[in-house]
Amino acid sequence: MAKLRLLFVKEAQASYISHLDLMRTFQRVFPRGGLELKHSQGFHPHPLISIVLPLPVGQSSECELLDFEVEQDIDGTGVAEMLNTGLPAGLHARECCRAVRPARELAFLRARVELDYDAGVPSGAAERLRELFSRGEVLVEKRTKHKELAEINIAPLLRSAEWTEAERLVAADVTVAAQNPGLNPALLANAAAAYLPELAPDFARVRRLELYDAEGNVFR
Amino acid sequence: MDKKLERILPRVQKPARYVGGEYNAVMKDKARVDTRVAFCFPDTYEIGMSNLGMRILYGVMNNMDGVWCERCFHPWGDMEAELRGASMPLYALESGDPIGEFDIIAFSVGYEMAFPALLNMLDLAGVPLRAEDRPGLAPLVIAGGTAMYNCEPIADFIDLALLGEGEEQLPELIGLFRQARREGWDKHRFLVAACRIGGVYVPSLYDVTYHDDGTVRAITPRDGAPARVRKRVVTDMDKAYYPAKTIVPSTEIVQDRITLELFRGCIRGCRFCQAGYVYRPVRSRSRELCAQYARESVEDSGYQEMTLSSLSTSDYRPLVELCDELEPFCERKHLNLSLPSLRADNFSMALMERLQKGRKTGLTFAPEAGTQRLRDAINKNLTEEDLLESCRRAFAGGYSAVKLYFMLGLPTETDEDVAGIADVAAHVMHVWRESAANKNRGVRITVSTSWFVPKPHTAFQWEPQIPIEEYERRVALLRERINTKTVTYNWHPSPTSFMEAVLSRGDRRLCAVLETAWRKGARLDAWEDYFSLPRWLEAFEECGLDPHFYANRRRGHEELLPWSHIDVGVSDAFLMREHDRCYEGVTTPDCRTVCSGCGANSFLGRPCDG
Repeated sequence: MAKLRLLFVKEAQASYISHLDLMRTFQRVFPRGGLELKHSQGFHPHPLISIVLPLPVGQSSECELLDFEVEQDIDGTGVAEMLNTGLPAGLHARECCRAVRPARELAFLRARVELDYDAGVPSGAAERLRELFSRGEVLVEKRTKHKELAEINIAPLLRSAEWTEAERLVAADVTVAAQNPGLNPALLANAAAAYLPELAPDFARVRRLELYDAEGNVFR
Repeated sequence: MDKKLERILPRVQKPARYVGGEYNAVMKDKARVDTRVAFCFPDTYEIGMSNLGMRILYGVMNNMDGVWCERCFHPWGDMEAELRGASMPLYALESGDPIGEFDIIAFSVGYEMAFPALLNMLDLAGVPLRAEDRPGLAPLVIAGGTAMYNCEPIADFIDLALLGEGEEQLPELIGLFRQARREGWDKHRFLVAACRIGGVYVPSLYDVTYHDDGTVRAITPRDGAPARVRKRVVTDMDKAYYPAKTIVPSTEIVQDRITLELFRGCIRGCRFCQAGYVYRPVRSRSRELCAQYARESVEDSGYQEMTLSSLSTSDYRPLVELCDELEPFCERKHLNLSLPSLRADNFSMALMERLQKGRKTGLTFAPEAGTQRLRDAINKNLTEEDLLESCRRAFAGGYSAVKLYFMLGLPTETDEDVAGIADVAAHVMHVWRESAANKNRGVRITVSTSWFVPKPHTAFQWEPQIPIEEYERRVALLRERINTKTVTYNWHPSPTSFMEAVLSRGDRRLCAVLETAWRKGARLDAWEDYFSLPRWLEAFEECGLDPHFYANRRRGHEELLPWSHIDVGVSDAFLMREHDRCYEGVTTPDCRTVCSGCGANSFLGRPCDG
């Protein structure tokens, strides 16, 4: 009855499943695979299941983590295979193991940010974006939990960004702070639009690629 | 994912409704299917996916070789604006392909107020609204569902309607469609052949003429179409398909649980209730099969909630045995069983107490009318003693909220009956004082009234709906009479009920009104967010028709009603007798006590239910 951690992919149609809906979905996926989620004790028992770092709706990810406990005494072997038969399109379980490290040790995430330019990439875009995001202060407006607009400086939360140009597309491989506070990589597109209006993209796409601890080791 | 869609979705509410890919959604290889059906629900995803009929027919059609049935729902306003803005036609959730390219566009219409949404979906799909403007065989636009028992207001838009239960007739129709395409029939030839399939109604094969006063003079079939179209039913529920393996949405829907259908039809015979008449005869599924389907659905879906569904669940004969059988399984699977539409009687309360686990919130009862006299007149077999006894048990068992549903404007209703509603609430309050397990928690009694809509194929199909001024007067009267703070009175100033009364008993001339209202912006009009009475009144004005003619006029038994050629199996003579008995204040016993000879057992060739 150890705590287990599932690594899964969330992409395509599944990118649009909200955090709450994803929790609901997984509560049904486990029994489908023959696993019985453990419930909290108390008057209103709820299943012991949590997502380590919820993904914003619309983004895709290769490295989502789900912590859970089941009634069965297992170490995670075979769990990914069991779950994969009952998942909606766009969700795919990669592996499952015991949750050893506490979630708070997750410090950074690497993501690919793609900025679409339908009329072609403006000249020097990658260079100018590189310059923008190497400044010490990049202010972006962000909605707080209380629905107010706040200005935050994203520069300290951005650890690295490598910009490349492709056809009608500028892409960045970025590493950002994951939590406390974390940076939603989609805000890079907002910053680009605010500071360099001619580089405002027609669309921005984000895909999470990997999770790291403070030392830069892969977090599982 | 489609690039246009990828750009739209981040801007709309609840995008998961528009992408498909749910567990058990059926994917097929386009190259290996010859007939593609877009199964359309003229309401939102959350409503449509909660519909059991749609799940059954989705399974039935996808079980056919070479047929791929996909789903399509009406988008919410933000999504509609985005689709139109991006010039994206309405698409099916499974393949993402535009439904305008499909062979058959099939609507499931359960509610008259969904008519404008049906038109809007055709328009969003780029399909001409009027059947006459679609000369080809495909896309064939068909519609089924309860609202099709009077489909005259959409007769000009659909190619044909399927009356009754679709499990058998839909495959027959698809078979004929395939033959027609193989042999190169034109649309007219196909429709003439289709109207020979039982339960298929082809409106264009009937000429409707009117008297000067606006009533129907004659409904005349052409090209060999039957004079009366009789609905289809599944005679043996144990052979009827049940979708034990069904789609589990990845986003929350209205009925987010397993729906286990115990039986069809209802033994009660409430005179206002359309479902009670049109779903006859009563046919039960065996306890063994119900239990088996329950297990299969739970194992496959992973749901932890299941509702035992029917029009009156406590009337399922082996209900206790079924619950006995399911109990250990439910225990093991942490499964909650819920029993909707329970009667307020001792048997039901005992069962409910047994099944209710954990949180005890509110209970809902529907006495429908405030006095015994009126309950007798509408044949609602519920006594106040039963209701109060049920409330007593509930309060003693720890419940602290009761909701009571009533209708205002029922035939023969007097001010005394309206005041009676307040008395019922006061009596429930009194029972709470006497029996509450814990008075410190207080009690919430909610009285809700709706505005009665007379429906076709019921004993009240000849009745006028009371005018809005009269409805509001009765609401005010009731509001005055409810003077305890613990009783909350909810009522809707809902002009939707007026338009529902117009459309539900409308004739073919309303097609023009519907199209005009749609052009003025009517679409998801079942939602108050979208409904606009002035828009409808303008449309009536422009078409030179009077909505009150349809809603507020008393019809004589001799009048030819616009749906007279539709046979739901209940005889006109029976409905007239029930109508007369309402005025005599005489009740009709339930079908289990004695068969009252409505005629519906003719579908079975044996006594129904028994």
